[in-house]
Amino acid sequence: MTTTTSARTIAPSSGPLARLRRAEPSSYIVYVGFVLIAVVMSIVLHDDGFLTRQNLINILLQTAPITVMAVGTVFVLSLGEIDLSIGAVVALSAIMAAVQLRDHGLVAGIVAGLATGLVVGVVNGLLVTKLRLPSFLVTLGMMGLCAGLSQRITRLQAVPSTDVAFNGLFGSGSLAGISTLILWSAVFVLLGHFVYRHTRLGAHVLAAGDNVRAARVSGIKVDRIKIGVLAVSGLSAAVAGLLYTGRLHGATYTLGSSDLLTVIAAVVIGGTRLFGGRGTVVGALIGSLILGMLNNGLILAGLSDSEQQVARGLIILVAVALTLREDKS
Amino acid sequence: MTDTVPALALTRIRKEFGGVVAIDEFSLTVRRGEVVALVGDNGAGKSTLIKIVSGIHQPTSGEVALDGEPVKLSDPSVARRLGVEVVHQDLAIADHQPVFMNMFLGRELVTGPFRRLDKKRMARETQALVDELDVRIPSARSTIRDLSGGQRQGVAISRATHWAKNLVLMDEPTAALGVAETAKVEELILRLRERNLAVLLVSHNLDQVMRLSDRVTVLRRGVQIGTRTTASTDKNVIVSMITGLQTADA
Repeated sequence: MTTTTSARTIAPSSGPLARLRRAEPSSYIVYVGFVLIAVVMSIVLHDDGFLTRQNLINILLQTAPITVMAVGTVFVLSLGEIDLSIGAVVALSAIMAAVQLRDHGLVAGIVAGLATGLVVGVVNGLLVTKLRLPSFLVTLGMMGLCAGLSQRITRLQAVPSTDVAFNGLFGSGSLAGISTLILWSAVFVLLGHFVYRHTRLGAHVLAAGDNVRAARVSGIKVDRIKIGVLAVSGLSAAVAGLLYTGRLHGATYTLGSSDLLTVIAAVVIGGTRLFGGRGTVVGALIGSLILGMLNNGLILAGLSDSEQQVARGLIILVAVALTLREDKS
Repeated sequence: MTDTVPALALTRIRKEFGGVVAIDEFSLTVRRGEVVALVGDNGAGKSTLIKIVSGIHQPTSGEVALDGEPVKLSDPSVARRLGVEVVHQDLAIADHQPVFMNMFLGRELVTGPFRRLDKKRMARETQALVDELDVRIPSARSTIRDLSGGQRQGVAISRATHWAKNLVLMDEPTAALGVAETAKVEELILRLRERNLAVLLVSHNLDQVMRLSDRVTVLRRGVQIGTRTTASTDKNVIVSMITGLQTADA
């Protein structure tokens, strides 16, 4: 007790410099990777038009649904849960929206689409909290259920969306010269970031994902948070479904079928811990853009569909392996 | 110890689980500025008692009073509101969060119309507290994972100190610590006494109990064997009470 307190005064405890020094590599590696990949692709694919304004905007547009779902998934993973049903919810919400849109108009379409995602999310949450089932199994089952429903409702046919207002609102239109796809992503990222970093709810999600017992004895209503977060995850998948429907002017049961891995990869590459307690919404956005750029690059490089799939799988495996390596401790 | 009203008064507490009697009849007072140790072998009922006072279990019969007021601790948040803090054996600390977020876990400070977390103020208050208690950590913004076991326990005790208005329950606070870190935590516990808090300490370490406590109460298989003033008893007496060589006081 008589020794001096010099250890405390070596480094300033706040300020950007101290924060940078304290930061773990996994929290900024995604930004370094983003810049590196952007630079490399700008050089390698220069003649294929990677760096044109139109192509860069295309990347943003194509990644919008992924970004929206990634925001929801940051919360789910931070809580120590996982939602495998998002890809299937994309299709089911899109189809429900398109069918109601065709039969009952704009409002019914939007409500049906969003409600589908919300209901699936809440059911996931109730099964996880009330029956104490692992979210991995619950959402895996829900994935199959939703995929089956989607195929049954549509009889494997596409449901067109001819509603101009709907298509404009979700994906095809623009406001002040900015595509609604980009606006939707921006809303999700900004709102998600604020809630995640700057509210008690965000802090409670992190605490519950970090040490559920500590959260409980601190009076945090963990079950309520789990239901809420899984509901938001379902809702974000529904929004993604509406965005696909608006952009493609129709819904099919195949929408979103390859998105699950992409979303989780984007979130994990972005610096969110797969096992809860730590994460970042902005990082997830960057992760989503990285995957979008790579995807775009593969197309520009002239790879065939099957080659793209193989390359995409490899890229995701490598990226996730790199980002997860230091988290073993 | 001039307070006439004890911070904690347990009167004839009984707890049954199904038909099994976990605690037969237990009475104890803890005054402000006093460290009372609760000792007993495994399964004696110490944890059950701690859980009753922290609001996790409710007694089958008997009365719990805080500051002279009979209270019903229906869940842990009620106990916390009434100024009872617990330092759990396994710390109950979130590893990937900064120290200051743990300090304010479940009671975060917010500011402004959007109820934004007031991280600056939480970090500042945390820093002031750990400085005052001389818990040496690199910074209030350090992540718990980067701290040693003793530092983590220091954070847990600081948290209890910060929020406790009445009573701090300590469930084996040094069980997982090394010698030097244990000494450090023991100093912290004594500092709680200086701050005029009541401390109820559960410990297996009888030397520690003799060093820290003002009084010792002994449980054996749910029966309260007796309470002794630490200064006028010795370790062997306590051991014989724990092991059953000495039967219960009348």
